[in-house]
Amino acid sequence: MTTDALHPSASGAGPVWRGWRRWLFTTSHKDIGTLYLTFSLIMFFAGGILAELIRAQLIQPGMRLVEPNTFNSLVSEHGLTMIFLAIMPALVGLANWQIPLMIGAPDMALPRVNNWSFWLLPFAAILLWSGFLMAGGAPDAGWTFYAPLSTKYGPPSIDFMIFAIHLMGISSVMGALNIIVTIINLRAPSMRMMDMPLFVWSWLITAFLLLLAMPILAGVVTMVLADRHFGTSFFNAAGGGDPVLFQHLFWFFGHPEVYIMILPVFGVISEILPTFSRKPLFGRVSMIYAIAAIALLSVIVWAHHMFAVGLPVTAQLFFMYSTMLISVPTGVKVFNWTATMWRGSLTFETPMLFALGFLFLFTIGGLSGLMLADVPADYQYTRSYFVVAHLHYVLVTGSLFGIIAAVYYWLPKWTGHRIDERIGRWHFWLSLVSSNLLFFPMHFAGLSGMPRRVADYAPQFAPFNLASSIGAFIFGASQLLFVWAVIKAIRGGEPAGDRPWEGARGLEWTLPSPPPAHTFATPPSPEVVRAEGPHGYD
Amino acid sequence: MARTAIAPEEALQFNIPYGVTADSHLAWNMHMLVLAIVTAIGAGVFAVILWSLVRHRRSRKPEAARFSGSFWVEIVWTVAPVLILIGIAIPATRVLLIENAHTNPKVTVEIRGSQWKWHYSYVGLGINFFSNLAADSRGDVNPSTVAFYLRDVDHPLILPAREDVQLLITSDDVIHSWWVPELGFKRDVIPGYINRVDINIDQPGVYRGQCASLCGAGHAFMPIVVRALAPDQFQAWVKDQQATAVAQKNKAAAPWTKDLAMAAGAEVYGSICAACHQPDGKGVPGAFPALDGSPVVNGPLAAHLKIVVHGSTRNPAMAAWGKQLDNRQIAGVITYERNSWGNHTGTLVTPEQVETAR
Repeated sequence: MTTDALHPSASGAGPVWRGWRRWLFTTSHKDIGTLYLTFSLIMFFAGGILAELIRAQLIQPGMRLVEPNTFNSLVSEHGLTMIFLAIMPALVGLANWQIPLMIGAPDMALPRVNNWSFWLLPFAAILLWSGFLMAGGAPDAGWTFYAPLSTKYGPPSIDFMIFAIHLMGISSVMGALNIIVTIINLRAPSMRMMDMPLFVWSWLITAFLLLLAMPILAGVVTMVLADRHFGTSFFNAAGGGDPVLFQHLFWFFGHPEVYIMILPVFGVISEILPTFSRKPLFGRVSMIYAIAAIALLSVIVWAHHMFAVGLPVTAQLFFMYSTMLISVPTGVKVFNWTATMWRGSLTFETPMLFALGFLFLFTIGGLSGLMLADVPADYQYTRSYFVVAHLHYVLVTGSLFGIIAAVYYWLPKWTGHRIDERIGRWHFWLSLVSSNLLFFPMHFAGLSGMPRRVADYAPQFAPFNLASSIGAFIFGASQLLFVWAVIKAIRGGEPAGDRPWEGARGLEWTLPSPPPAHTFATPPSPEVVRAEGPHGYD
Repeated sequence: MARTAIAPEEALQFNIPYGVTADSHLAWNMHMLVLAIVTAIGAGVFAVILWSLVRHRRSRKPEAARFSGSFWVEIVWTVAPVLILIGIAIPATRVLLIENAHTNPKVTVEIRGSQWKWHYSYVGLGINFFSNLAADSRGDVNPSTVAFYLRDVDHPLILPAREDVQLLITSDDVIHSWWVPELGFKRDVIPGYINRVDINIDQPGVYRGQCASLCGAGHAFMPIVVRALAPDQFQAWVKDQQATAVAQKNKAAAPWTKDLAMAAGAEVYGSICAACHQPDGKGVPGAFPALDGSPVVNGPLAAHLKIVVHGSTRNPAMAAWGKQLDNRQIAGVITYERNSWGNHTGTLVTPEQVETAR
């Protein structure tokens, strides 16, 4: 076999697959990016349907829409699906499409690994969801599957969840390696590290976090498997094991995971705000250091998920201080974004609207995070709906809004057509209002004493839950507008031109829209790299 | 559904309760302090952004400024938050050290969580009982007709007010979390661990909460009710309980009859078994088997004794009750199960038979 047969070159030699084979065998970062994004969109709706069922069950006290066991399965599968099959693949999809275009690389460095990273995911999804068809039901121990609820007391489907997590972990580790190698080795020769776009920087750091966190998760699920079937007692107190060890291991993965889901979005926002402010990013270098600082701190804060466990008071103090500290670089990012817009020349196209939505609502989630760091009060907040509110502010109105902003921002580049701003505006305003109606009352439910993950509740929590449920139904329905906008742009529309947003800088905007199958077969010239980089404004 | 509040329920609240313990007051103060700080920060940041959105839009400002950074501004907005955090950390540390300090308690109560009920034992006083979701909250009921729907129990935890009380918290099966907001804390209930929390309740009253950590199908259905009594009333209650215990013992000396067994069994069944198998013995399809018409209940006694005393080998939700109940209780509950609902075996199980099965 020749090199050409393995990887069709720009000359067009070698096989060109068509139809379904194109998607199955593809090694193009663009096709794989499209696969990731399409898959994650489907999974957003799958996980979203579970969320709507949860909110339907909770619309008023005394509902018996589903059995309590099934309710626990809905909660668990909703979390696992959204985190591992929606948010993470969406971010990897953005990385696949954008990183080579933004650093002037011809493709990802390991194209066939790239293909495999993606194609593991549909099988992981099937394993994860197969529990709904099994006796005993789908995994029901929460997305955190604390032992011993997931070990001795878990249904058989937990084993399938374990293997699904293994597949997703392998996919993530391979994707992370690929991203690191690509950024380090395939960058346009004249692009210095510190001149790389913020989105690329954020993904480089995220990829290292993935390499750190995912093997821990693989270890902990394997220990759960061994406790379930091979007679070990890692997490079984009666056998000399320790249920709290599970939580330490899980959250040593879990907290970096939280930042894995938000750091690339920080990168996205740092691309979009300058574009629509027509002004360079404020404090570029400190923004890069801030991401690195957040990543470093994220591995020493894990036990703040465990303040109610009964840790020694010195450990509680350590994790309180480290957690508080993480708000410093996060604050720096918010301040720098604000300063980026200050005295700019702002316009409010759809990507900018979602970026601004992110900026306000992620900040609310960040501030409630600072409240949660305060241990004496956390004894009240933890395990309550206050936590549900906090995590959805950072994950839905944070990560998801950022991902939607990114798709609207780069969709004209990918499809060659401008987005329909009218649909985009409707999508934004409906999402903004309904997500707050959905998540803000959860703060009050939690403060007034409602625990998370309950299938039914006392009447004094009813008004908050009714508001949340109505918000959830509107929010879910509004996302159909997003699908409409995306399909519309794919099918046609006003030609985007190379640079659909006139304030945008970056190598991707020097290419035609849509870009041809092979881009940057020769690296961009130093002049182009400079003009599109942070020094291009000088 | 328009809810007409005909049954008492807790008031709608938007905030953490100030509570009735020193710890809860401290937690509330910290909560309000940090809430005020984050609200101020949020308001400041949002005001600046909104100002920018209004004043620096292109229609007003066609040409953007060109600045892209400032060393001193970066220093200021890195150092200023650190100072604010130190301002939060100092009182938080002080409060945390107070909350984790131990007193010299007068009363010690062991709290054991299990799927899905609480077991309270008063160390040294010879009192112990199970605390279950109240019967009127169970099943398919209209919440507005039930007093304190899902927040009421058959036997509340009775504690003395204005006295130091030590709680020793542990679990028989999975992880639960013991949370009564008015007491100012929640603490995880972990098998193999004993978590100690010392409290001192300011004033007599009834304080409600519930399990806060996902513990399986009944997670939403294991409420906590604490009744704090004035110290003398508490002493009277202890005496009363101990007298009842003596009476129970005397009754144990009486000959074992079917009526006695059925009465003892009904009590045990209602406080323990009904949580899963339901008061009507119909179970929950797919999760908990029905006892009404069950082959085990209507079959040979040995199998029935075995599953109650030693637990189920297949389903961990069916615990081994031999460790928690005495022979008379087990004999009673098996007799009750074999002669209730549609089961008419006529069997009278004796405490001696239970002893043999152990």
